[in-house]
Amino acid sequence: MIIIEISCVEVWQEISNYLDGDTAPDMQRRMEEHFKNCEHCKAILDGTRNVIHLVGDERAFELPQTLSKSLKIWLDGKLGN
Amino acid sequence: MQKKVTMQLTTVSSELETRLLKEEIALIDRICTGEKHLFYDLISPYERSVYLVAYSILQNHADTAEVIQQAFLKAFCDLTNFRKESKFRTWLIQIAINEAKLKLRKERKASYESIDEQEQANDGKVFPKDFADWREIPSESLERTELRQALQKAIASLEPIYREVFVLRDVEELSISETARMLGISEASVKTRLLRARLQMRDALAPGFDGAWRTGGNVWKKTRPW
Repeated sequence: MIIIEISCVEVWQEISNYLDGDTAPDMQRRMEEHFKNCEHCKAILDGTRNVIHLVGDERAFELPQTLSKSLKIWLDGKLGN
Repeated sequence: MQKKVTMQLTTVSSELETRLLKEEIALIDRICTGEKHLFYDLISPYERSVYLVAYSILQNHADTAEVIQQAFLKAFCDLTNFRKESKFRTWLIQIAINEAKLKLRKERKASYESIDEQEQANDGKVFPKDFADWREIPSESLERTELRQALQKAIASLEPIYREVFVLRDVEELSISETARMLGISEASVKTRLLRARLQMRDALAPGFDGAWRTGGNVWKKTRPW
């Protein structure tokens, strides 16, 4: 099968969709081929994937420590519990 | 073998989700028939999501705390109108977004309403700024305060329209269509904004979360003190 080459600029415009598995099969094949040969785009892909992975982790963002307690007290007061 | 295990896990996860949804609907019914004291049990699993989404819009802890109180109170008052075919979590997040934007509009007047113009001005192709290789940072590194602070600073550096999409999609892991519905924009706009946000996040965190870049072979050079 012949895979038509794709430019770095085209890859960057699609890289987010690619990470979401939301690219057309033909585009996906072209991008996969591009990543094999372009270390810059592969670095962007890996770094972006790493960012997404980390921010989706519950430990990434802390809530103020007293939030739950003060919210419960406030709601109890408002709801007359 | 692995495929079979994955399929089994998916089935278990789906069954668990169905059971939790049923329990949640039963809880909502009890609250609607007068057991108000159960309301906190209903919302507490979503406190984090609601807080982070509101904070992504307001960027201020005191305002966010105030807005989520109002959002939860509004949810309680409107609970009988909740359509049980939709997800309670997304319904709550939607209320929080509306309340946060309302507060922002009241306090900052026109500044938040000019966001469409802001996007038009930024329209066009997206270019990453940094191409250096990136050593993968494992999730365990999130135990480090410096990394969490770097992530928060990077998110804060995004323009509001990119930040809200990024938080809904990548932090809260809502789907593209849910994100579009929540923000009242098209799915195409969500994808465009998400692309820009993700690449800007990567650029903002360069040169690597731990400040190490590959200098050739397997040698990494530290460029940041943490």
